[in-house]
Amino acid sequence: MELSLPLLSVKNLGRQLGDRWLWRGVSFELRAGDCMGLVAPSGAGKTLLMRNLVVLDPIQQGEVRFEGKTPAEWELPAYRSRVMYVPQRAIALDGTVQDNLKQVFDLAIHRQRQFQPDTVCTWLKQLGRGPEFLNLTGSRLSGGEAQILALLRALQLDPQVLLLDEPTASLDAATTAKVEALLHDWLRQPERACMLTSHDTEQIRRVTHRQLNLGDFV
Amino acid sequence: MENNYIAIGYGQLALSALLILVNVGLSAALRLGLGRSLLVAALRMVVQLLLIGFVLEWLFTQDNALVVVAIALVMAAIAGVSAVNRTQRRFGGIYWHSLLSVLSASALVTGFAMVGIIRVQPWYDPQYLIPMLGMVLGNTLNGISLGLDRFMEGLITQRDQIETLLVLGATRWEAAHDQVRSAIRVGMIPTINSMTVMGLVSLPGMMTGQILAGANPIDAVRYQIVIMFMIAAGAALGIFAVVLLAYRRLLSPEHQLRLDYLEKAGHR
Repeated sequence: MELSLPLLSVKNLGRQLGDRWLWRGVSFELRAGDCMGLVAPSGAGKTLLMRNLVVLDPIQQGEVRFEGKTPAEWELPAYRSRVMYVPQRAIALDGTVQDNLKQVFDLAIHRQRQFQPDTVCTWLKQLGRGPEFLNLTGSRLSGGEAQILALLRALQLDPQVLLLDEPTASLDAATTAKVEALLHDWLRQPERACMLTSHDTEQIRRVTHRQLNLGDFV
Repeated sequence: MENNYIAIGYGQLALSALLILVNVGLSAALRLGLGRSLLVAALRMVVQLLLIGFVLEWLFTQDNALVVVAIALVMAAIAGVSAVNRTQRRFGGIYWHSLLSVLSASALVTGFAMVGIIRVQPWYDPQYLIPMLGMVLGNTLNGISLGLDRFMEGLITQRDQIETLLVLGATRWEAAHDQVRSAIRVGMIPTINSMTVMGLVSLPGMMTGQILAGANPIDAVRYQIVIMFMIAAGAALGIFAVVLLAYRRLLSPEHQLRLDYLEKAGHR
């Protein structure tokens, strides 16, 4: 396992707010099968690090590479379809859950794929939800339901690296355990890696193999 | 040239100024606190118009294309700057975007009207060029400020949706074209509304002026129709240009939403 090339490699990444460095010199690698916990006190810039990893904000210092190529070399939409960030605040787009899941296949980068209702329903079942979940209106979802939607919307696009920002913050304990099991299964596929933040240190210990403490890079 | 309208003397002007007392009186009676700003506004209006009257009188005797074009450029520049000044937010380059959009839209439309439609000789005859340009500019300015404002506010209120699409692999256009479209639509609405009710609810100022000056109403109406088409085209081109320029600035080639470029007006 250790011999494989890293999927994601981050070198010397730094982020400034005004004159103050939030963190700098952040370097790490995610290899196939890795699940890394990102820990730091709130306000330390965990979300900003994840945003930087998908270049949603400009990279001020350092470098990110996926399979050896920079995001610019991949072209951003292609890069983000492989290294997918799932923000903490899950946003439902217009329409039902199914519309939400289907409409991302209209994006140019995913057009060669197709919505797979069967796969989605299998996942839903694993999470203790029936197929009727697909007919709920996106804008009326509870916080937890929206998180499930956001997670499935990302999973169905088959990314190789998942960056999950507090993926279970709005979920009850039972569903949280099911999401963790689903992630565990997902990671067992080849060439997959994941990074996650959580306010729940127990969850970090349960789910991740190692941890990156942003506090070490101030 | 024989005038077939009643010229207004300075005494009569003074008499009309009495009408502002209606506003002042109302403001005083209801304690609206508007008295001072009303008087300042009235005074500005009178001074600006009297001055522009003298400028136009001088301008219409000019037979030099350069002078006329220079004046036209100044007018367009003022329109470009005012359009931005009415928006709530700013970003670096917004004034240039507005200037470029106003200039190109008004030059294209007015140029086409002068040379292609009305066929004025010479093409820069200030008696035609300046008033028509002024009308196109006024409306383009409105459209641009509405469209820009809507675009910037739309990006802010829809930020989460746009970034959700971006992280799912959308290009910047896929993520933001809804905002571009709705901004252009909002910018066009006043022009469409005014065309819809024109002649029924509103008698346009230019047409009224021509009729007062003794022009045949049918001729006046024809001018108005030409002007309205010019205004509609000018506004559409200007809004389209300014919103697309803002789009290219606020959605970077790296497919990022750069709301950090935006700042509230007056916070410079």
